[in-house]
Amino acid sequence: MQRGDVTSFDVSGTNFLLRGPLPRSYANFLGRKLFLFLLTIQGLGAFALITLGVFIRKFRTAPHVIRPLMRREIARSGSRLLPMFLFVAVALGLLVIGQTVSALARVGAIQWLGSIMVIAVVRELGPLLAALLVLARVGTANVVELGTARALGEVEALEALGIDPVHYLVVPRVVGMAVGMFSLTVYLILGALVSGYVWAFLQEVPLLPGDYFSQIAGALTYLDFVLLALKTCAFGFIIAIVTCYHGLAQPLQLDEISRATVRAVAQSIIACVLIDALFIIFYLTVG
Amino acid sequence: MNETATISGPPALEMRDLALGAMRDQSVSVAEEINWTVNAGEFWVVAGPQRSGKSDFLMLTGGLMSPTRGRHRCFGAEMPIFEEERLAERLRLGLVFDGGQLFNHLTIAENVALPLRYHENLTPDEAEPRVQAMLELAELSRFADCAPPAIARNWQKRAGLARALMLGPDVLLLDNPLARLDPRHANWWLNFLGQLARGQTALRAQPMTLVATSESFRPWRDHASHFALLNDGKFIPIGNRAALEASADALVRELLAGATDADASTSVQKK
Repeated sequence: MQRGDVTSFDVSGTNFLLRGPLPRSYANFLGRKLFLFLLTIQGLGAFALITLGVFIRKFRTAPHVIRPLMRREIARSGSRLLPMFLFVAVALGLLVIGQTVSALARVGAIQWLGSIMVIAVVRELGPLLAALLVLARVGTANVVELGTARALGEVEALEALGIDPVHYLVVPRVVGMAVGMFSLTVYLILGALVSGYVWAFLQEVPLLPGDYFSQIAGALTYLDFVLLALKTCAFGFIIAIVTCYHGLAQPLQLDEISRATVRAVAQSIIACVLIDALFIIFYLTVG
Repeated sequence: MNETATISGPPALEMRDLALGAMRDQSVSVAEEINWTVNAGEFWVVAGPQRSGKSDFLMLTGGLMSPTRGRHRCFGAEMPIFEEERLAERLRLGLVFDGGQLFNHLTIAENVALPLRYHENLTPDEAEPRVQAMLELAELSRFADCAPPAIARNWQKRAGLARALMLGPDVLLLDNPLARLDPRHANWWLNFLGQLARGQTALRAQPMTLVATSESFRPWRDHASHFALLNDGKFIPIGNRAALEASADALVRELLAGATDADASTSVQKK
């Protein structure tokens, strides 16, 4: 920082930060951050478009090699996580639904149960929690695996063999994560709703199972099913794209992989929250 | 081997006024004014000290990166080739990496089968006879179901060679194939590459064009047909064995007389 910048501050005042000019280094810092943010957006966008292009153009290329990889990724991002998801579903039922049902019963507002359950669990908590769990379990592994493959020269080896690395490494992960995320979210929501009733029942809330589930069914519209499918697939797609991008798109040294993983996790969470916000706006506009 | 055993047609590789940047950072110049012609059937060894850019040179030759200037052709086709429609031309080049660069999530047999299965869309059963034949040729059958990290580096490099040969390339590029090999394996490589160059393997009856990089000329002097030097940003095609022996260049004499790393330990006898 230059001497002139230091003297421009009125240190005796309480609002000197508003009156004095910012030191040049702050502006540089913010500028660099903004520039990097825009570059990341550009890189992620280009990577997503390339992946979509490869997926469509090479849909019929080497299905005997690529489809088993897709099945493996669906298992990795889906069925293998099912036990953990069932545990989380039971916990979610206890933490949210059991307490909500009990509270609504106490204030005599049990008729709103279906709407609250659909808004809280089906539209918001279910998909977002599923996204965070899949990100933690599979997304981070994607960055490490692909970053290691890149650092060890496996990507160059694929190119030397005439195999498109995006087709072989990224497309199966994107498809697997989108499908796995949708399936797991459905299981998570169903598990949470069922376990929620069990917890409410254990608290001796006077609510019959038929009433509970008919209220939820009554609160659901076709839009919920369509948007749930779109939102979970979008979460899966964006997490796969961000994690694969950070693992694959830039040459890494082995010691850079941990930093790339942290960046990928942070950006995936931000991207998922932004997508969720878009869906909320859509719900509020259409609903 | 017969040094004049070349095949008519366009050169297998042709570089004119080529400038080469580093693989990791193209703005870093590795070599300039490269003029080189490799005719079909020739067996070249490009030697140079460590960090002279041999791997970058081979990546460029294999079409994995673009030159910063100049023209590079393979059998008359402009390189590098990225278009899907020209993949068949691109696959006339095979590349064997220094460390094998095997895929650790696949077994050795799956690694060897991958290019064949991908490009011909074969199931594992359909690919198996050809994969088994290749594994036998490389003496890798007993490691077929092993993961790459579970076998020694010597065998990993052989698996990399077998994988590169699966698609039957016309030109095989080898990045420092003798580095860190024990003498027995180095001997096997030299004899096998000699057979490939002469077209005397069960794999192929025609001579294969070979380009290998090395840190020494010594183990290759009785096996390769042509030699070149890469050092200090300059690529110098030396010529055939007679030209190599007659060269007065101090570094060439050094690379011929002594040797660096594992090459030096291999006192290889031509079969």
